[in-house]
Amino acid sequence: MKKFTRKLISQRYLQMMVLLGVAWMIVFNYIPLYGIIIAFKDFNIIKSISEAPWVGLKHFKAFLTDENLLYVLKNTLGMSFFKLIIGFPLPILFALFLNELRNVRFKRFVQTISYLPHFLSWVILGGILTTWLADVGIINNILMALHWIDEPISYLAEPSYFWGIVVTSDIWKELGWSAIIYLAAISSVSPELYEAATIDGAGRFQQMFRVTLPMIKGTVSILFILAVSGILNSNFDQVFILRNQLNETASNVIDTYVYQTGITQGRYSYSTAVGLFKSIIAFILLLCANFVTKKLNDTSLF
Amino acid sequence: MIRMRVKRNLGDALFDWGNVILMLFICFITLYPIWYVLINSFNDGVDAMRGGIYWLPRVFSLESYEAVFKNKGLMTSMGVTVAKTLIGTVVHVLFTAMVAYGISRKDLIGRNLYMLIGTITMFFGGGLIPTYLLMRDLHLLDNFMVYIIPAMFSFFDLIIFTTFFRDIPEGMEEAAKIDGANDLKIFFRIVLPVSMPVLATIAMFHGVFQWNDYFTAVIYTNNAALQPIQTFLYRIVALSGSNQIASVVPGNVVRTVTSQSVKLATMVITTVPIVMVYPFLQKYFVKGFMIGSMKG
Repeated sequence: MKKFTRKLISQRYLQMMVLLGVAWMIVFNYIPLYGIIIAFKDFNIIKSISEAPWVGLKHFKAFLTDENLLYVLKNTLGMSFFKLIIGFPLPILFALFLNELRNVRFKRFVQTISYLPHFLSWVILGGILTTWLADVGIINNILMALHWIDEPISYLAEPSYFWGIVVTSDIWKELGWSAIIYLAAISSVSPELYEAATIDGAGRFQQMFRVTLPMIKGTVSILFILAVSGILNSNFDQVFILRNQLNETASNVIDTYVYQTGITQGRYSYSTAVGLFKSIIAFILLLCANFVTKKLNDTSLF
Repeated sequence: MIRMRVKRNLGDALFDWGNVILMLFICFITLYPIWYVLINSFNDGVDAMRGGIYWLPRVFSLESYEAVFKNKGLMTSMGVTVAKTLIGTVVHVLFTAMVAYGISRKDLIGRNLYMLIGTITMFFGGGLIPTYLLMRDLHLLDNFMVYIIPAMFSFFDLIIFTTFFRDIPEGMEEAAKIDGANDLKIFFRIVLPVSMPVLATIAMFHGVFQWNDYFTAVIYTNNAALQPIQTFLYRIVALSGSNQIASVVPGNVVRTVTSQSVKLATMVITTVPIVMVYPFLQKYFVKGFMIGSMKG
């Protein structure tokens, strides 16, 4: 005991440094966790959390019978689904082709340019998109000049275009950035494998898909688990900036719905219940995706 | 990757050329939208409304930029953004690194408990409303500190720091201890100076976050004097099409600028700092990303 005390005293500065961080986490991470209980209460902004009366699952029932539930869920899952089936493989393909470039300087040049959009905010990208898709914007100008359309289309006012815009702009922004991690994995593939493949007569496409791709399978699996578990996160910033009252039916997702009911309408308990519902499903999805990839090829997050 | 080949056949050559063309196409698609914004922002606003400016400005004009720089509200926003980026980044990096240094020391009493407390925060969060209520109770609403304090620590960044700190030779710390330095002194005088690469990486990630963050202000402030430039721009973008943009343009300016051209000029001004520091940071983030991805 004496030894313990002496050790504790000797590392008093270290303990102080760490405990400041722990205190921060308790305030900013753990107190909001406690705040979740308002999902089971009728919380009123004037009273404190502990004073509010318990109401059980009332708000969850309200959400599950909400007429908005159907399209909010449909939009959340729909956008994520298309991002997953189109946006997930493209960076892998990009990394594979990039890896085949022979000129190292040109390769670095392409990489530098492809990362750039990642550093622009979604606000900037929203500005670019509203400019491009405006009635007098470049897209309408080109399509009209080609006589494909007779009058300008208001893309952002038309729900049927919203998913396409969101998926395409997301790929534009993140293609290069998402490829970094695959390039890192590829760089550790032994060159001897390619030599052997060449001697066996493998062409360049065969080398890409028979050598490189199988070698980075582990990385692909891990990122796939993360992508699936994030399927309920339909990139809040992007949707939040591009949505408006006219495209509402195609643009409202769980996260924007939480914002709308909570911050805009002040239905705190209801909004928290919706958020909690989302977190639980997301956690279950993470466990499922982890289980499936573990069975398939022995890679897993935990 | 350099590969030795005895002979390049025709198929190989075709593949290489096709690949180069594909990559040039991707570069074009990536850069052109940014170029388009740039040239249109340098064009006379009224003239630009006719459209058709694809490669270079048609009627060169700096008036949109003048309108932006003369607008007091916009300049205040720029000041808020610069301040929150600089202060926020320094505070985040120093604080997170300090906690990480303590945790990286293997003999620290309670280390496993601290790690558990942190790991839980990576998987569970309170969500929007409980966090909002916390900010309200801490009197951070309509307060500049809302940009700094809730963002001063990140457990994910802590893990990247500890990975790095563990590789610092113990001899350096021992020597300092014999000279009578305490752990705080060792951290500031020895550990921080030798950790520049990882400090730069985290500073870069957090700096970009602070610069681009618009949402904190959307929820937590109503005060125009605390509004960062991205939030300013968000309001313009989200409201585009409606009349409210007109209020951005001061009334006494001769109307050669339009709400659209002011929007484009603001976008360019907001993007320039990121594009300028980008080449210097690139070597760091590729490295940093790899450290992060191995742990994450």
